[in-house]
Amino acid sequence: MMSADTMTATKTMNMIEAINSAMDVMLERDSNVVVMGEDVGFFGGVFRATAGLQKKHGKTRVFDTPINECGIIGVAVGMGAYGLRPVPEIQFADYIYPGLDQLVSEAARLRYRSAADFICPMTVRTPFGGGIFGGQTHSQSPESIMTHICGVKTVIPSNPYDAKGLLIAAIEDNDPVVFLEPKRIYNGPFSGYYDRPVEPWSKHAASAVPEGHYRIELGKAATVREGEALTVLAYGTMVHVVKTIVEELKVDAEIIDLRTLLPLDIDAIEASVKKTGRCLVIHEATRTSGFGAELAALVQERCFYHLEAPVERVTGFDTPYPHSLEWAYFPGPVRIATALTKILKD
Amino acid sequence: MAKAPARASAASKKTASTPSPATNREGPRDPVPYDATPAELEKFYREMLLIRRFEEKAGQLYGLGLIGGFCHLYIGQEAVAVGLQSALDGDKDSVITGYRDHGHMLAYGIDPKVIMAELTGRAAGISRGKGGSMHMFSVEHKFYGGHGIVGAQVSLGTGLAFAHKYRGDGGVAMSYFGDGASNQGQVYESFNMAELWKLPIIFVIENNQYAMGTSVNRSSAEDQLYRRGESFRIPGMQVDGMDVLAVRGAAEAALEWVRAGKGPVLMELKTYRYRGHSMSDPAKYRSREEVQAVRDKSDAIEHLKKLMTDAGIGEDKIKDIDKEIRAIVAESADFAESAPEPELHDLYTDVLVEQY
Ligand SMILES: Cc1ncc(C[n+]2csc(CCOP(=O)(O)OP(=O)(O)O)c2C)c(N)n1
Ligand SMILES: [Mg+2]
Repeated sequence: MMSADTMTATKTMNMIEAINSAMDVMLERDSNVVVMGEDVGFFGGVFRATAGLQKKHGKTRVFDTPINECGIIGVAVGMGAYGLRPVPEIQFADYIYPGLDQLVSEAARLRYRSAADFICPMTVRTPFGGGIFGGQTHSQSPESIMTHICGVKTVIPSNPYDAKGLLIAAIEDNDPVVFLEPKRIYNGPFSGYYDRPVEPWSKHAASAVPEGHYRIELGKAATVREGEALTVLAYGTMVHVVKTIVEELKVDAEIIDLRTLLPLDIDAIEASVKKTGRCLVIHEATRTSGFGAELAALVQERCFYHLEAPVERVTGFDTPYPHSLEWAYFPGPVRIATALTKILKD
Repeated sequence: MAKAPARASAASKKTASTPSPATNREGPRDPVPYDATPAELEKFYREMLLIRRFEEKAGQLYGLGLIGGFCHLYIGQEAVAVGLQSALDGDKDSVITGYRDHGHMLAYGIDPKVIMAELTGRAAGISRGKGGSMHMFSVEHKFYGGHGIVGAQVSLGTGLAFAHKYRGDGGVAMSYFGDGASNQGQVYESFNMAELWKLPIIFVIENNQYAMGTSVNRSSAEDQLYRRGESFRIPGMQVDGMDVLAVRGAAEAALEWVRAGKGPVLMELKTYRYRGHSMSDPAKYRSREEVQAVRDKSDAIEHLKKLMTDAGIGEDKIKDIDKEIRAIVAESADFAESAPEPELHDLYTDVLVEQY
């Protein structure tokens, strides 16, 4: 999984530190890489993901932008067309919408409409998802909007080790990548029980992160837990939530962390579902037209004759992300346990 | 380091704000500080103090975990909302702002209890716990929110102004936004439409020198923000936002212009926020000394107190008001802590017309 030049020392990192390290390594290796965004330079980012990078790499390579997401993404597309490798940060995924026009109409189309004369090797990093009492404008999960664009890759890491390797691969990729960071698990994996103390990443094996350069190829899922009874498809925060519940209920589930939604590792999914005959899809995003719908359709197309139960989905409700009642909205332990019970009974 | 907002000294009391640079274009008359009666001074004091004490209490409730998520305090900027909104016609004019909205609602005399209960996410909150700190609305006061997306309210405010003109109701829209928000593209799309269609709108930039951790000079090529409308032919005014009488005086000049059908005005209010951007901001991007200097030299409430004393309002009266405000704020906090949460089914109401 790791490339050859990985043989450096490892360090315990949380997800923020791993993401910071990926940018640091890439700024070091490739003078075309620039890091930009609101509060990214002087302040080091509202989540500290770019802390120290301006000091180390200078203001021409790590810099603040005004608050103008359309401008940020548009400028990055132009930089990319001319050969740079911009890594813009959109402070919260909820603020990507003002820049969506540039992402859809320019970034995602440049290769196609110029017949590959020009490309867009841009990586848009952006924190997403709920569980932090952020309400409507700091909690949304727009991944299926991204996968619906055609022409942008969509990556979602679930731990520090993957975050660094995937971000390096994204920055080195010659196409636009939207790199969605599940902010609830920046500092530690989330069990789904909001009233339990947060466990820090340092207690988790995936916090051992090589200090140097390594890649995790885009489009490769990871099997988090092997099992025979059913296949669970998840990504980001929900990988940890479902793992907790599966272990509590002692269900022999195979949990697949998709890591990249587009390109999707459909082969891994197909092999697992054909083995288990049951499939549960979990995401925080709203249900209708969510990425779970795509997964359910693909599983049905490829594994229909192996399925012993309908594909189940546990998702956010079809409402704006609420300010109150966050834990009623969040697809947590109760809804996951109910779905697991149902799918195993069918 | 950002410059602390300047206060017009006693000597230059005549002009409350920097006049626009000489141009051959017409603009609003040069404003003069508002000549307040002692009763009006008391009213301003009451409103500004209510905002400050309310916000301090909100900060405490946040610290106790009773308010979750994002909560942006208005402490330091009180004179802006109070000075401007006191000049509006509450029956006709509309107001819209960003997420730092508690002060604008309190300046409108909206019951602090239902504002605080919205912050704590309770069913009794002004938006029934659905909006939270950043998204509050009042039909009664033509207060159109409370918007979390930086810059969005500028276009919406332009639409409100269009509707005022279309209806011919004589109302003016006031659209507040921050120095940071003034770099969003839609602000300039709105400026152009507003002047092109001569809409009755006052664009208000609350320049508190920072957008989160980014100071104006690090984000804005033209940092004299009142000039940002020039290429759209929108007249600009720069106003001392730490002096409520200067603010009120400037608002009157702007309103005269807009109500006469001459199109929009852009007001830049120089002000300062004392607290972090939101409750989760340790504010490491500026020095304690910088904040302290503004508190010591330019605090809007202290300044107003002096004006009150000069006007012969006694120490006792001021103390009485302080007590009264503390009681109102304590009551709002009690209410917000004890009011029930929304019902579960409220998750699904108000998404669309029909419940589904
Ligand atoms: C479209 C969008 N981009 C980014 C943000 C994140 N954000 C919230 S407030 C803020 C700073 C705004 O500063 P300013 O306009 O000066 O207003 P102030 O907070 O000083 O009142 C930023 C970047 C957002 N809410 N919406
Ligand atoms: Mg500001």
